[in-house]
Amino acid sequence: MMILNVNDQPHDVEADPRTPLLYVLRDDLKLNAAKFGCGLGQCGACTVLVDGKPVFACVTPIALLAGKKVTTLEGLGTAEEPAPIQRAFMEEQAAQCGYCIPGMMMRAQALLQTNPQASDAEIRKVLEPHLCRCGTHMRILRAIHRAQELMKTARTGDAR
Amino acid sequence: MRAKTITVVVGLVLVLGAGIFVFAAWQPAIAPIAPPAAASFDPTLVKRGAALAAIGDCATCHTASGGAAFAGGVGVVTPFGTIFSTNISPDAETGIGGWSEAAFQRAMRQGVRRDGALLYPAFPYDHFTLVSDDDNRALYAFLMTRPAVRNVAPANELRFPFNHRATVAGWNLLFLRSRPRSEPRSDPTTSSEPSVARGAYLVEGLGHCAACHTPRNALGAEKSGAGFGGATINGWTAYALNAHSTAVVPWTADSLYKYLRNGFEAQHGTARGPMLDVVTNLRAAPDDDVRAIADYVAAQIGKPTRRTEQIQLTERAGQAPVRQEADLQAQRGTLIAAASADSQAYRGAPGAALDGAADEGATIYAAACASCHQGPRAMPYGGIDLGLSSAITGPTADNLVNVVLHGIPATGASPGPMMPGFADTLDDNQLGALVRYLRGAFTGKDAWTGIDDAIHAARGGERAATVDHRERQARE
Repeated sequence: MMILNVNDQPHDVEADPRTPLLYVLRDDLKLNAAKFGCGLGQCGACTVLVDGKPVFACVTPIALLAGKKVTTLEGLGTAEEPAPIQRAFMEEQAAQCGYCIPGMMMRAQALLQTNPQASDAEIRKVLEPHLCRCGTHMRILRAIHRAQELMKTARTGDAR
Repeated sequence: MRAKTITVVVGLVLVLGAGIFVFAAWQPAIAPIAPPAAASFDPTLVKRGAALAAIGDCATCHTASGGAAFAGGVGVVTPFGTIFSTNISPDAETGIGGWSEAAFQRAMRQGVRRDGALLYPAFPYDHFTLVSDDDNRALYAFLMTRPAVRNVAPANELRFPFNHRATVAGWNLLFLRSRPRSEPRSDPTTSSEPSVARGAYLVEGLGHCAACHTPRNALGAEKSGAGFGGATINGWTAYALNAHSTAVVPWTADSLYKYLRNGFEAQHGTARGPMLDVVTNLRAAPDDDVRAIADYVAAQIGKPTRRTEQIQLTERAGQAPVRQEADLQAQRGTLIAAASADSQAYRGAPGAALDGAADEGATIYAAACASCHQGPRAMPYGGIDLGLSSAITGPTADNLVNVVLHGIPATGASPGPMMPGFADTLDDNQLGALVRYLRGAFTGKDAWTGIDDAIHAARGGERAATVDHRERQARE
C-alpha cells in the first residue's frame, strides 16, 4: 500500500506498485479525465502532471510517485468553476469527440505555467506528442492562446 | 668542440623544421570569382551532387538547428575547444559563393580555404582526399545551386596553441595521407567485389564513417590500428564496426542495408543521436550506394568466429528471457533459437522479469517499458527486444540513458519506431536503477561504470538537442 497525492488529496492506494498511474486514477480513484488511448505513451490522451511536469500516466508506474504531487484535469477546476485553460477550450469549442482534449489541456497547462508567453511555434512544438484524430488542431491552438489571455487576468500567482 | 657540433646540428634541424613547417603552412589564395549563376550548372550534375552530399552527411555539420540549409554555425566540440562549421551556401561574402571549382577541389583534397588559410580537421578532409575529381565537381555544382544565405558563423573557441591555424600544418604533416590511414582494410581499387569496392570508396572517403566510429589519439587524429573500433561523439557511443562489434545477432550486409535504408533494424535497434542525421540524409542516396556501404561495413565487421558467437550466446543465456520461444525464433532467426533450444543455462520462463519485483529497476521495466518492449508487436510498431539492443550491449550507458530520457521522437522525414522520453517521469536515482537492471538482466556483460555521470550529462539538454536534429532534417 502507498499514499498517492492526487490533486492535493492523499489517497491510500492498494494497487501493485507496478500498476500504471492511469489505471489507479480511473479504476480506483474514479478520476476519469485522463483517457486510455494507446497504452504506449504515443498518443498523449493520458497526460497528467507530476510535480508540475507532463507525463504519460499509462507508462508511469505508481512506484515512481511516492512523495510526488499528481495533478489531473479534475484538479484544475470544476464544471461550475472552470480553470482558465478549461474555460478557453469551452469558449473556443475546441473539442470534437473530446477524447484527446484532457491530455492536450494538461500539457498546455504545464507549458503556460512555466512559459506564459509561449509563442505559437513553441505551443505547436510542445503539443507535438498529442494526437487528435478529429482534426481539431486549429481550435486547440486558438484555445491555448485564449487561455494565455485568461490567465493574465486570473488571480496573480495562481494559474488555475 | 663536441658541444658546438651538437648546437650546430640542433640549429640546422630547427631551421629545416621551421622551413618545412612554413612551407606546409603556407598556401596561396585562389582569386575569388563572381558567384556563378545556378543555371550555368548541368542539372544532372547537380542531382548527382545532391546524392553525394547526402552520403557525405554535409548538412549535419553545416546546417544549424533551426538555421538555413548549409549556412554553418554548428559548434563541433573537441578536446581542443569548439570549432564552428562554416557557411557553405553560395553567399559571396559569408559563404563559398566566391570559390572557384579549383578552390573547392583544393579544400576537399587538402583542407585549405580559398584565401589560403588552413581549415581545421573537424572538416574531415583527411577522408575527402579519396573523393574523385568528378564527385567533387558534382558536390560543387550542388552546393553552388543552393540558396545563398548570409550568415557568419561564430568565432572558434580554441585553446592556445590550437587557436593558431598554422598548428594544423603540423597535424597535416603527421596525419594527412592521400589514402586512408587505417590499414589493412580492403583496398578500394583492388577489391574483387565491385560493390565492396564502391562501398570502400564511399565509406572511407566522402562518407567519413571512421570520423565517428574510430577512436582518436591525443592530437585528435583517428588512431591507427584501431579502425572502426568505436568511439564517443557528442555524448553518444558510435559502436564498433569491426570484429569488436557488440551486436548480439551479428550484423550482415542485409541487416546493415535495412538499418541504413530504414533507420532501424529489428535485431539491433534504431538510429538515433548523430547516426539519425546520417540515415536521414541517406534517404537521398541511391539504393545501390547504400547497399555498397552496407557490403563494405559488413566486410569490416567480418563473419563472427565460432568463439565470438559462443561468447555472445553465453552472455545472452541465463538472462531474463523476454519473449515466448516462438517469438524468439521468429525474431532472432536460427542463431538465437538454437541457443534457447539446446542450452540448459537458458533458465527462467517468459515473464520472469515481471516477477522479480524486488528490484526497483525491474519494477520500472515491467510497468514502463515492457508494454512495448515485451509486447506482441514487432518493430517498428513495438519496441526492440532489449536483449538484442545495441544500446544495452554497448560499451557505455550513454546511448541507453539518452534514449530513455529523451525518447525517439516521431519524425516527418521517415517512418520508424518512436518512443516517449521519460525525462519528466524518472528521477536520476530511478533512471540509474533502471539502467543497471537492464544491463544486468538482458546481457551477461560487466556492469557499466559512470552511469551517474552519463545521466548528469544527458540531463544537460545538449543530448536533447542532438535528438532534435531530427526535426531540423524533417524541415529540409
